[in-house]
Amino acid sequence: MTKPIIQIKGLHKSYGELEVIKGVDLEVDKGEVLVIIGPSGTGKSTLLRCVNLLSSPSKGQIWVDGDEVTAPHTDINKIRTKVGMVFQDFNLFTHMTALDNVMIGPSKVKGMAKEEARELALFELERVGLIEKAAAYPGQLSGGQKQRVAIARALAMSPKVMLFDEPTSALDPELIGEVLEVMKKLAREHMTMLVVTHEMGFAKEVSNRIIFMEDGYIIEEGSPQQLFYNPREQRTKEFLGKITELYGEEG
Amino acid sequence: MTELAEFWEMIWPELGRGLVITLRLSTGSLLIGLLIGFPIALMRVYGARWMKTLATIYVDLLRGTPLLVQLFFIYYGLADPNINQLLVRLGLPEGLLVLEPLTAAYLALGCNSGAYQAEYLRGAIQAIDAGQMIAARALGLSRLQAIRYIIMPQALRLVIAPWSNEVAYMVKYTSVVYIIAVQDLFGETRRIMSTHYNQMTMLPFVGMIYLVIVLLITWGMGHLEQHFHIPGLQIDVERG
Repeated sequence: MTKPIIQIKGLHKSYGELEVIKGVDLEVDKGEVLVIIGPSGTGKSTLLRCVNLLSSPSKGQIWVDGDEVTAPHTDINKIRTKVGMVFQDFNLFTHMTALDNVMIGPSKVKGMAKEEARELALFELERVGLIEKAAAYPGQLSGGQKQRVAIARALAMSPKVMLFDEPTSALDPELIGEVLEVMKKLAREHMTMLVVTHEMGFAKEVSNRIIFMEDGYIIEEGSPQQLFYNPREQRTKEFLGKITELYGEEG
Repeated sequence: MTELAEFWEMIWPELGRGLVITLRLSTGSLLIGLLIGFPIALMRVYGARWMKTLATIYVDLLRGTPLLVQLFFIYYGLADPNINQLLVRLGLPEGLLVLEPLTAAYLALGCNSGAYQAEYLRGAIQAIDAGQMIAARALGLSRLQAIRYIIMPQALRLVIAPWSNEVAYMVKYTSVVYIIAVQDLFGETRRIMSTHYNQMTMLPFVGMIYLVIVLLITWGMGHLEQHFHIPGLQIDVERG
């Protein structure tokens, strides 16, 4: 048994009076694709954001690749280079071309030479199938293309883990497929992935494990088979019922 | 026609001198304003609480009081004998704050403009989607790096439009400094009018000079904005 790449112990997170995460323990193994599902406002996104300290936990400990993220004097920026993140609304840097968006991490955070960073960025854009859009600005790209550039931007840092925070929720239905394809490809390449999504088709097909979160707790976890066809908890059943109604069987 | 040419020949040396002073005063005050406004805006958006308070007080004070009051305060107020005594007691040179009219004009216009420029820049920074900073930090950029490489390049583009207003305002506002005997374009105009009693020729004429300068600035700033515009950004569409 190798050590888990992410380890979360007794995580709590409050915003003022409001407790969003009420005690979560979780381990993610290297190469695992973990899908987190659940109603909105139940702490799924916050859980992801705690892993790279975009939100700082109120209580509990988190380790990423052996380093304790929650230790008092952690170098946050160093840990973030190991954790790529993809957002619901892409957040590409609007004043930069696709190429510059992908280059800026390696060149400014890792201090990579310009030419090398350029090569790397082109390679990553190729990987998401967008090399021909290298010179385009975000405003000139479709939503699906933007999200693929955002994935390339995260990959350029050679992260150990990728966090996906509802990566297809802001996309028109016909653009979702191209983003999911890139994510499936990453999964096949054994990237460790934590994915918050409502795409049940993706969850069934790609994930190794699914977590159902509600109201700040992990209610149930298990393999896709188990969770979709044989859920233990009534709330899981209800949620999956609603989601299937909304998004269809293949999500 | 010859009459007009003669008149022009007569007034031009003085008017030209005044024009040069107006242009210098505008440029200099805008630069002073930028040097003040930039850090004030950063303090207001990113600073610790005390920095925010300090910056807010500065902005409110200078935007909330008349420019003329500020100008008089700097020119007449600071020359007060009591202040002079205080300076001497503090071991500073005597008459340090007894300023030349032109110096006082630069300071008053610059400090005043700084407050406005700070507000324009703050508005521009805050208009940028919060996701930009979050994405930058998630990549591992430090806060300072994120401000420098991600936020500022976008904010500075956004600030060009309000800033061109400030430039145009400044050129016109400089005309108040005649009141502390700076011989700017308007100061010279008043002198010419007081000897020739030709208000109805001089005022439209000088008004036109201001107008031409302002139009040139607006045109130039428009080009600057075009030059730095980001392809495909929403702003294009809105402009149609």
